[in-house]
Amino acid sequence: MNLKTPFVLKRIVWVSSLFLLILLMTIFIGISIGSTRNGVKAVLQSLFGQGGAGSMMDTIIWQIRFPRVLLAALVGATLSLGGLVFQALLRNPLAEPYILGISGGSAIGAIIGILAGLSRFPGVSFTAFLGSIATLLLLLIMSSGQSILKKNTLLLSGVMVNAFCGAIIMFLVSMTQDSRLHNIIFWLMGDLSMSDIGQVGILAITLFPCFIILFRYSHSMNLLLMGNEMAQTMGVNIKRVTTILLVTTSFMVSSTVCHCGLIGFVGLVMPHLLRLILGPDHRVLVPACILGGGAYMVICDLLSRTLPQQGEMPAGVITAMIGAPLFIYLLKRSKR
Amino acid sequence: MKKAVEIKSLNFSYNDNEILKNLSFSVSEGEFFIIIGPNGSGKTTLVKIIAGILKPKKGDIQILDHPLKKYGRKDLAKTIALVPQMAALDFPFTVTELVLMGRSPHLSMLGFEQEKDLEIAQNAMALTDIEHLAHRTTDQLSGGECQRVFIARAICQEPKIILLDEPTASLDIAHQVKVMDLMEKLKKEIGFTVIVVSHDVNLAAMYGSHLLLLNAGIIASLGKPEDVLTCQLLEKTYNCKLLVDESPVGKFPRVTLVPMAGATYTKVY
Repeated sequence: MNLKTPFVLKRIVWVSSLFLLILLMTIFIGISIGSTRNGVKAVLQSLFGQGGAGSMMDTIIWQIRFPRVLLAALVGATLSLGGLVFQALLRNPLAEPYILGISGGSAIGAIIGILAGLSRFPGVSFTAFLGSIATLLLLLIMSSGQSILKKNTLLLSGVMVNAFCGAIIMFLVSMTQDSRLHNIIFWLMGDLSMSDIGQVGILAITLFPCFIILFRYSHSMNLLLMGNEMAQTMGVNIKRVTTILLVTTSFMVSSTVCHCGLIGFVGLVMPHLLRLILGPDHRVLVPACILGGGAYMVICDLLSRTLPQQGEMPAGVITAMIGAPLFIYLLKRSKR
Repeated sequence: MKKAVEIKSLNFSYNDNEILKNLSFSVSEGEFFIIIGPNGSGKTTLVKIIAGILKPKKGDIQILDHPLKKYGRKDLAKTIALVPQMAALDFPFTVTELVLMGRSPHLSMLGFEQEKDLEIAQNAMALTDIEHLAHRTTDQLSGGECQRVFIARAICQEPKIILLDEPTASLDIAHQVKVMDLMEKLKKEIGFTVIVVSHDVNLAAMYGSHLLLLNAGIIASLGKPEDVLTCQLLEKTYNCKLLVDESPVGKFPRVTLVPMAGATYTKVY
């Protein structure tokens, strides 16, 4: 045993490897199953490029299923991590990007982008980010000065901002009359079907730096749980850390929202589930949320594709249907 | 002797509300310094200023002969540790994990503790007699255990000065004495400067090497317990009837409450 390796690092590597394995397994399952039925053998042949499976299979796997599964994994990772960060920041297990209105804000931005006829990248991505930053600024102004550091003010402001965003979204949807309406509604409910490998690649490139930044501040998140004042006496620069965490997370969330709309409960359920299994140390939870949240979303997307006899349902429906009861169960259990 | 904390003409106000008015005093290294005073006299505010949480607009504060303003956050954390009034934790860390958090100002960027840090944490847990709780989570602790865990965390921070904000407020009488004994022991064995905010004038009389009596943001008295805890001064400050005599336990004052005029009480002895 190498004594120089910090014991926390060992645990991180161990947990991450386990969840990476789970993620890879779910990705493989996600790629294997679809409306065109074919054996695992054909999928394997196509994956490892041994030919024989025919170009049709290759196209389905590489052009349709693979980008979609990858998008699901990225979205799941981002939303779980977003929930984790907000829960630490507000010391409130009920927080997630939706409750603060960050997702709603980026949805408003994205809808305006879609209505203006902008392309998904960079046009809609940019308006979505503007929307999330605008809601963040609104939040900061509403709870301005010192009180931004107090969790209840921020949470309460978030609830109000979220309600306001919901109204604006409904307003914009009601004002839209043409064919874009169906697109917007389907997208709002969490739709992963419109993905091509180029866009997913760009999304991955924008998200990875965010993951790294948030991991770098994972120990500060632990200290933040003791309260802002205590964290300060242990050497944390509260204003800087809070700002970096808020901006990085809203950037991350807005990037995914403009790709797949509003998918709820992932940010609430995954951090809770992982915290129950792994404990509250964020240095372990951040990588676990990225990998585990990704795996969870891939499964949810798979269900949304395969459960209906014809067509598919938005993935947001599945995450809410699994997430809400699980959340209530967890809440009951933890109250013992 | 070197000054651990030196405060000169400190003023502090929340908005227009003046909390501390022109305060000047100093705490020598290795003292057991206890701040007492009625509710709202500014005790907690004073502790938060010394801990660097609140920034005063006026006044000069020196910590170990360096201006407080010149300290970086991590340097200050290596010098002063704070034990909060009562910290509630919704997130179930184990006791070891929580005590280890005290190491954070000593860690590199990512905050990975080495074996050495674990040893320091175990020593801190041995000192506070909580080794048997190491694997318990913080939501399974009693008030007294929780207090000792937070003191262990502060020790683990390896500071020079340790600040405690009403450490005995929610403890039963046995634990009150245990916590104060522990601080006395830390003062003697490690050489900590201990600064405590307390409501309990009798504990202050027993343990304090120096007392500061604060009233409405002004120093009402400062000095040795027998000089500060006089009947006349306390009655005036707290605005109630008191009796002060020598404690039967040792050479320090004992303060006894006397019911207000008109109240009835039964004499047993």
